[in-house]
Amino acid sequence: MNTEILSIQELCCGYPKFQLSGINIAVQKGSFAGIIGPNGSGKTTLFRAITGTLGIKSGRILLGDKNLRTLSPRLRAQNIAIVSQFIEAGDISVEDYVLMGRIPYHSRFSFFESEEDFQISKKYMELTDTWRFKDQLMSELSGGEQQLAAIARALTQQPELLLLDEPTSHLDITHQVHILNVLQQLNQEMGLSVLMVIHDLNLASEYCDRLILVNQGKIHIQGTPEEVLSFQHIEDVYQTVVVTQSNPLSGKPAVFLATRKVLKEIQEKMANQQKI
Amino acid sequence: MQKKYLQWITYLSGLLVLLIASVVLSLSVGEMNLGFMDIFSILRKGHESMEYTILSQIRIPRVLLGIAVGGALSLAGILLQGVYRNPLVEPYTLGISGGASLGVALAIVFGLHQLIGSFVLPVAGFAGSFLIIFLVYTISTRNGRVNIQTMLLTGVMISFIASSSMMLLMAITSSENLHGIIFWIMGSLDEPDKSLIYITLILAFCSLVLSYLFVQPLNALRLGEEKAKHLGINTDTTIKLIFLLASLLAGVCVAVAGVIGFVGLIIPHLMRLLFGSDYRILLVSSFLSGSIFLVLSDVIARTIISPNELPIGVITGIVGGIVFLLMMSRASFRTLKNNG
Repeated sequence: MNTEILSIQELCCGYPKFQLSGINIAVQKGSFAGIIGPNGSGKTTLFRAITGTLGIKSGRILLGDKNLRTLSPRLRAQNIAIVSQFIEAGDISVEDYVLMGRIPYHSRFSFFESEEDFQISKKYMELTDTWRFKDQLMSELSGGEQQLAAIARALTQQPELLLLDEPTSHLDITHQVHILNVLQQLNQEMGLSVLMVIHDLNLASEYCDRLILVNQGKIHIQGTPEEVLSFQHIEDVYQTVVVTQSNPLSGKPAVFLATRKVLKEIQEKMANQQKI
Repeated sequence: MQKKYLQWITYLSGLLVLLIASVVLSLSVGEMNLGFMDIFSILRKGHESMEYTILSQIRIPRVLLGIAVGGALSLAGILLQGVYRNPLVEPYTLGISGGASLGVALAIVFGLHQLIGSFVLPVAGFAGSFLIIFLVYTISTRNGRVNIQTMLLTGVMISFIASSSMMLLMAITSSENLHGIIFWIMGSLDEPDKSLIYITLILAFCSLVLSYLFVQPLNALRLGEEKAKHLGINTDTTIKLIFLLASLLAGVCVAVAGVIGFVGLIIPHLMRLLFGSDYRILLVSSFLSGSIFLVLSDVIARTIISPNELPIGVITGIVGGIVFLLMMSRASFRTLKNNG
């Protein structure tokens, strides 16, 4: 019985000056997984390998039991939907933009959307709360609203796996929480598998049930947030002094940072205590 | 039925009516003016009258060529702009006009048109543009993949080489040949060979139909190449095929009618301003508007200093440019207002 939606085996890929190697990842069906790691650690390279934008050198990526490399672009788009970091849609109305998620299901000769296409896109626009700006242009929306529209478009592809590249990176805390709540709801109510690259360790901890910590082109550790977000791992990878404690509300690990000033004060205090 | 589709049908019917009106206008105006209504009765009666000869031998072929070339050039323009996602691209950007001109200039300099016959000029023009298309395509394709930016740059460079070589030819050739080259470059809808006109017309319409096979990839490419790939579009194949289709179309037009500028740049932009960015409406509306624009420009070119005739490229440039600037200032005024 295979319950893995995405399984990456001994993946090696990258650019002449930067390589990912020995990557093994298994994402279970219905899970909400996060890829974390410092800038330049290989998160986006890994993401691009999974989305098929970047060729792979060795190893393989399986979607369910199908090899991603041999899957046609159309079938791939029916199974994996991708929300990129930057959304450039310009002068397209929000509804037209979301409807583009139906393209993988259209034949070359179907020039008009079917009633079903409109129904499906409407459903996901309502779910993401974007139906109210359906006639506005994408360029007229704020960053958070564009991100929601992009998620609606991705859902309209009716994928089994939703991939997101830093969906909350330019947003304020209201929109960050709103977008992640929408994703969590989709994950729990519809059983949609989610894999996202995310920078914010605390958001990753709160929302993901599984984290993959990437560093220097390799996987440093993967597991539950409790296993991954220990201060040792974070200090190893990010070269920053932190303290982790559990969030009093959710019980999930939360990461607190220590500024240089605070560290100095602590050191002085400890030195004073030793003197006494 | 969606509101959007009804709107499109309205636009298209409007454009069709305009096209018919400009065709009738073009048939009736000239050295000998014919009444709008008379045209039909002259055509029905047929043969003997002088009016019939003027219509069937001069004006109808000219209008047909205008429809074909105008439609084909602006279709090529909108296709290339869609693929390159660059508003400055037009059918001639990639060196197609340069290649065709060079081919024709060579044919004239070597006197081939006197040796073999005047049909050699369009053939040479097409050969020149085809050579350029082939060069741009092979240089910018690597392992079956194309890089759009490389392709654009390659095209622009090859275009420079071709037009400079042509200038070299013009500098060293006799003044009689020079006159022939310049006359050809300026472009004209006056084509003596009727079968060439029919071939162009059929090719233009077939290309319009063919272009609709790429309408979904074109729509997806509005989001960028990478995101189009994410939507399951085979972008490499799409880019290559559209490039070939649009270039061949432009090559045929240049070979038959010379270098008629601005149509392939202005009309696609105008359509975007009017109808938005959905290629389902843009492709056909660009074709129809290009036809209307060229037929009307030809009317102006023929009548403004009658009985002499201005090069049609002059009219398309001046009239088209001014109309476009007016439209754009109105549109930017509108967006300014919308943005607060």
